[in-house]
Amino acid sequence: MASLVGSRVERKEDTRFLQGKGRYTADINIANQTYAVFVRSPHARAKIKSVDTSKALKSSGVVGVLTGKEIAEDKIGGLIAGWAIRSEDGSEMKVPANPPLAKDIANFVGEPVAVVFAETLDEAKEGAEKVKVDYKVLKAVVDPAEAMKSDAIHDGVDKNLCYDWLLGDRKAVDEAFAKADKIIKVDLINNRLVPNAMEPRACVVDYNTASEEITLYTTSQNPHLSRLVMSAFGGVAPENKLRVVAPDVGGGFGSKINVYNEEIVCSWASKKIERPIKWVAERTESFLTDTHGRDHVTHAELAVTNDGKFLGFKNETIANLGAYARVFGTVTPTYLFGPCATGVYVIPAAYSNVKAVYTNTAPVDAYRGAGRPEATYTIERLVEKAAMELGMDKTEIRMKNFPTQFPFKQTLVHTVDSGDYVAGLEKAKQMADYAGFEARRKKSEANGKLRGIGVSSYFEACGIAPSAAVMSLGCGVGLWESAEVRFNPTGQISVFTGAHSHGQSHDTTFAQIAADELGVPMENIDVVHGDTDKGTFGMGTYGSRSLTVGGIAIVNACKKIVAKGKRVAAKMLEVNEDEIEFKDGEFVALKSNKKKTIGEVAFACYLPGQRDEMKSPIPEGDEPGLIESSFFDPANFSFPAGSHICEVEIDPDTGNVKVEKYTAVDDFGRIVNPMIVEGQVHGGIAQGIGQALHENTQYDETGQLMTASYMDYTMPRADNFPEFNLGFTCTHATSNPLGVKGCGEAGAIASPPTVMNAVIDALGGQEISMPATAEKVWKACKAMKKSNAKAA
Amino acid sequence: MKSFNYHAPKDVKDASKLASSNSAFLAGGMTTIPSMKLGLASYKDVIDIKNIKKLSGIKVSGKTVTIGATTKHVEVAESKDVKKAIPALAKLAGNIGDAQVRNRGTIGGSISNNDPSACYPSACMALNAVIHTNKRKIEAEKFFTGMFETALKSGELVEAVEFQIPEKADYQKHPNPASRYAIIGVFVAKHKKDVNVAVTGAKSCVYIDKDLSKKLSSSFSVSAIEGTDVKSSGMNSDMHASAEYRANLVSLYAKKAVEAC
Ligand SMILES: Cc1cc2nc3c(=O)[nH]c(=O)nc-3n(C[C@H](O)[C@H](O)[C@H](O)COP(=O)(O)OP(=O)(O)OC[C@H]3O[C@@H](n4cnc5c(N)ncnc54)[C@H](O)[C@@H]3O)c2cc1C
Repeated sequence: MASLVGSRVERKEDTRFLQGKGRYTADINIANQTYAVFVRSPHARAKIKSVDTSKALKSSGVVGVLTGKEIAEDKIGGLIAGWAIRSEDGSEMKVPANPPLAKDIANFVGEPVAVVFAETLDEAKEGAEKVKVDYKVLKAVVDPAEAMKSDAIHDGVDKNLCYDWLLGDRKAVDEAFAKADKIIKVDLINNRLVPNAMEPRACVVDYNTASEEITLYTTSQNPHLSRLVMSAFGGVAPENKLRVVAPDVGGGFGSKINVYNEEIVCSWASKKIERPIKWVAERTESFLTDTHGRDHVTHAELAVTNDGKFLGFKNETIANLGAYARVFGTVTPTYLFGPCATGVYVIPAAYSNVKAVYTNTAPVDAYRGAGRPEATYTIERLVEKAAMELGMDKTEIRMKNFPTQFPFKQTLVHTVDSGDYVAGLEKAKQMADYAGFEARRKKSEANGKLRGIGVSSYFEACGIAPSAAVMSLGCGVGLWESAEVRFNPTGQISVFTGAHSHGQSHDTTFAQIAADELGVPMENIDVVHGDTDKGTFGMGTYGSRSLTVGGIAIVNACKKIVAKGKRVAAKMLEVNEDEIEFKDGEFVALKSNKKKTIGEVAFACYLPGQRDEMKSPIPEGDEPGLIESSFFDPANFSFPAGSHICEVEIDPDTGNVKVEKYTAVDDFGRIVNPMIVEGQVHGGIAQGIGQALHENTQYDETGQLMTASYMDYTMPRADNFPEFNLGFTCTHATSNPLGVKGCGEAGAIASPPTVMNAVIDALGGQEISMPATAEKVWKACKAMKKSNAKAA
Repeated sequence: MKSFNYHAPKDVKDASKLASSNSAFLAGGMTTIPSMKLGLASYKDVIDIKNIKKLSGIKVSGKTVTIGATTKHVEVAESKDVKKAIPALAKLAGNIGDAQVRNRGTIGGSISNNDPSACYPSACMALNAVIHTNKRKIEAEKFFTGMFETALKSGELVEAVEFQIPEKADYQKHPNPASRYAIIGVFVAKHKKDVNVAVTGAKSCVYIDKDLSKKLSSSFSVSAIEGTDVKSSGMNSDMHASAEYRANLVSLYAKKAVEAC
C-alpha cells in the first residue's frame, strides 16, 4: 500500500467549508437563549466612578445586567498571564489584576465594564445604551517608548514596567564588540498588528439547571486549556461541571488562545440568570479587544569583522504588552523571541534585553510566529545592512556565518537538531534566479522604476512543548499533547486529539498519518477534536505544535494499537507473537501466511466470543477492546528553517511597492501533505507581506484605535501578491519519530524582513519602517533623488 | 440597528410622498446600511427605491449618456454603450471599491452621498453632468456643495445623471489601500471647447482644478501641465495620506490621465 504521508491528499474539510456547511459557534442556537451585549469603555484610561444599571434593567426585553461589582462579589477570577518571567535583577514580573469586567478602572478602549442580557439582540443593544457609566477620564499612556516615563497605569507597577529581562552574557558581548572591525546598528519598530481572524470571537453558553453543568461553545484554539483556566483560575465551575466545545473555528493566529472576558462572564452569568446566553463579537469589537500582535521598539547591534564574520549581537527592546499581561503575553517577547535573536548564524557572544511595558492599548499576545518574527526581523535587517556596509553579497555573508555541523548548539538557548542552511539558500538563489537580478533591475530602471532584492534566512523554535525546556523557561505548565485512537467494533476509527484545527487541516493530515500507521483507508478515520467531553485533555494548537507534538501522540497511540493487535492476532492465528508481521493493515503469520486484517482483530477485541473458535482471542493479561492513548512530550523543540528571497519594484512617483517575485525555500523536515503545507506557507507569507507593506495599527494620543475597521485597516488582498514560488529541503527532525518540523508560522516569520530588505535595497539602503506604505516610500524616493542630485 | 419602517414604493411619486426629515432613500445600501448598523444614522422610514423601474437603465443619445439613479456600478462598467460613448466612465465604475460594492452600489447613491473620496462626483464635474431629480435639473457644479452635502432638498430624489459625451476622457485613481475609495481621483475630459480636470479625494468636496484645466484647454498635452505646482493647502491630511502627498498625486494622475486619453 502506498504511503499517504507525503502525498497531496485533498482536504477532508473542504467539502463542508466550501459548501458553507461549517458549523461555527455563531451557528449554534439554544432554545430560550438570551443575547449578551457588552458595555465597553470608550476611554483608554478612566476611573469608573459609578455604573447605573437601573434604566437598562427596565428596558424592554432585558433579562439581566451585570457589572464588575457583581463579578467581584462572586469572586470570579480574572484573566491570567501564563508564563512567569524574571527580571535581570532577579525580581518577579509585575502583573496587574485583569478582572473580567472592569470595576474601578478601565485601561483600554473596548474593555468590558458591564453586560446586558436580553431576549433579542436589538433589545440587548438598546439596554446596553441605557447603562450609564460615570467615568473620570485620565491621561492615557499609548506610546511604548514613552511608557516608562509616563504615569503608572496599574497600582504597584512602577514605570509601567512588567519586567526588564536579559538573556545572554553582557560581558562576553562587550568583549566581542571591542574586537570588532565594524558595528552595524539598526533602530526598528515592529508594527502592531490586528489578527483579523475571518470569524470574530463568539460564545454560546448553556447552563443545565438539573446537572448544574455549563456547556460553553466558543471560538478557541485550545478548549481544554480554556476549561482548565476558567475552572482553576476563574472559579466559574469545577472542571467536571464545565464542558468547553470549540467547533469549527475560522482562524485564530494566536488571537484565540486566550480565555477572554466574554467567555468567563457569559459562563458565570448563565448560571446566575439561569438562561442560555449567546454573544457574537461585531467586527469593531474584534479590532478593539482581540489580542494584538508584535509592537516592539528595538535597537540592535551586530559586531562584525571586515571580512564579514559575525562576532557579537545585542538587542535592547521595548515590548508593548498593552493594558494587561495575557496567556502568552509575557513569554512572546522573551523566550519566544530572545533565543531566536541570533538567527541562523554562529555568533559567539550575544544578549537580548527586553523591557515589557504596559500601555492603555489592547493587550498584545501571540500572533502567528509570536516573538520569532520580531527576532528574525531584527537579525535579518542587521545582516542585510552589514552586507551593504561591508560591500559584500547578501547571500555570501549569510553563507559565511551559517553553521555547517548539526546538532548546532547556539550561543543563547537552543541546540538545533538538524538542518542544512547552505542547501536552503543555494536552492532559493537558484529558484529566484538571483544571478539574473541585475539585468531585471536595469530593465526596471529603464522604465523609471526602482527594483530591489531582499534575502532573509531564518530558523525558528516551534512545536511548543518540551515540558522540561518550557518549564525551565518559566511556563506555568508542562506542554505535551495527547491522543486517543479508538477502534470501533466494525472497523472505523476515531482519532481523538488534544490539538485543535482552526484552519490547519488536521482532519486530513492526522488521518493520513493514522491511516499509514494502521494500514487502513483514510476514509475509515475520523479526527475528533475541540470538545472537552470527547477525548483526553490536550493543550491545543499554537506555536506550530499540532503535528510535531499532537501528531506524534497519534502515531504512538497507533503503535500501541498495532502492538496489542499483534498479540490478539497471534492468539487468533495460534502462533507466537514474534511470528506475526504487521503490514498494510494485516497481521500475517510468517510461516503459515495465514492472516487477519486489523478490522478482524478489532472486531475480535470487542466481540471475543466467536462461535467457531469457542475461545477468547484476548490474550492473558490483555483486556477486551481496542483503544489506546498516548501523551507525547518531545525531547526538544522542532527547528524549521529556510531562506526567502523577494524582489520588489517601486514606482518613485507614487511610492507604490509591487512585490514582483517571492521565493521561499523551507525545511519542514518530512512533509505529510505538501498541498496543505504550501497553503500554510502561502498564508504566512501573505500575513508577513501584510505586516511589511500594509497593516498599520494606529492609536491616537488619547488611546483611540484609529484603524478599527476595514475602511482604515489595510488587510492585504490577493492582488497584492505575486504567485509564490515555493521549494523545500527536507532534513528530518531527530526529536520525533516522523521527522517532522512545524510549518504553520514560518511564512509569517521569514517574510517581513525579506520584503523590507528588498524595499530598502531598492531605496539604496535608506531605512524605512514597516509598513512601507506608498507615502513613506514616496518620501524616501524623494530624499534619494535629492541626495543623488547632490552627489552628482 | 434601530428598528424602522421599510417601504418599497413602485413609483417616484409614492417615494417622494413617503419622504420626510426622518427618512432615507435606500439604493444600494452600501453606505446607508453600515451607518445604520454602526448606529451613526437612524431613520423612522427607509424608502427602498430599487423597485422603481424608471430609475434604472442607461440611455445614449447623440451628445449625452444618461444613467438612471439606481443603475449599479457593475452595469455601468459592463455597458457596451457606455464603453463606446465614454469609456472613461465605464473604467471609473469598474474600479469602484470591490466586486461586492459594485454589484450593489448605485450612481444615484454615490452622488447623493457625495463622499469626498467617491469617484462618480469627479465624472459629473468633468463631464458637465446634469442631475435630474423629481423636482428639477441641477448642474453638477451646483449639485456638490460640500463634504457629504448636496443641493438635494429633503425628499428630493435623484432620477438620473446626464453626462455630456466628451471628445476624450480618462479617470485615474490612487486607491486607499484599505477601503479602495479614492485617496485621489482625477477625471480629465476634453470637450470640444475646453478641458475639465475634476479632482476627488483631495479636499472636502470634489472640485475642478482651474489651473490644470486652463493649461490643458490651451494645449491638450502632458507637457502643458508638466511642472505645475499643485498646492497642498486646503487638501485633506489624514493617516492615509498627507496633503503634500495628495498634491503630488493630483499633478501626477492628471498627467497620467492626459497620457491615457
Ligand atoms: C468598501 C467600499 C468601498 C467603496 N469604494 C468606492 C470607490 O472606490 N469609489 C466610489 O465612488 N465609491 C465607493 N464606495 C461607495 C459605493 O460605491 C456606493 O456608491 C455608495 O456607498 C452609495 O451608494 P448606494 O447605492 O449604496 O447608496 P445607499 O447607501 O443606498 O445610499 C446612500 C445615500 O444616498 C441617498 N440616496 C440613494 N439614492 C438616492 C437617490 N436616487 N436620490 C437621493 N438620495 C439617494 C440615501 O438616502 C443615502 O443617504 C465604496 C463603498 C464601500 C462600502
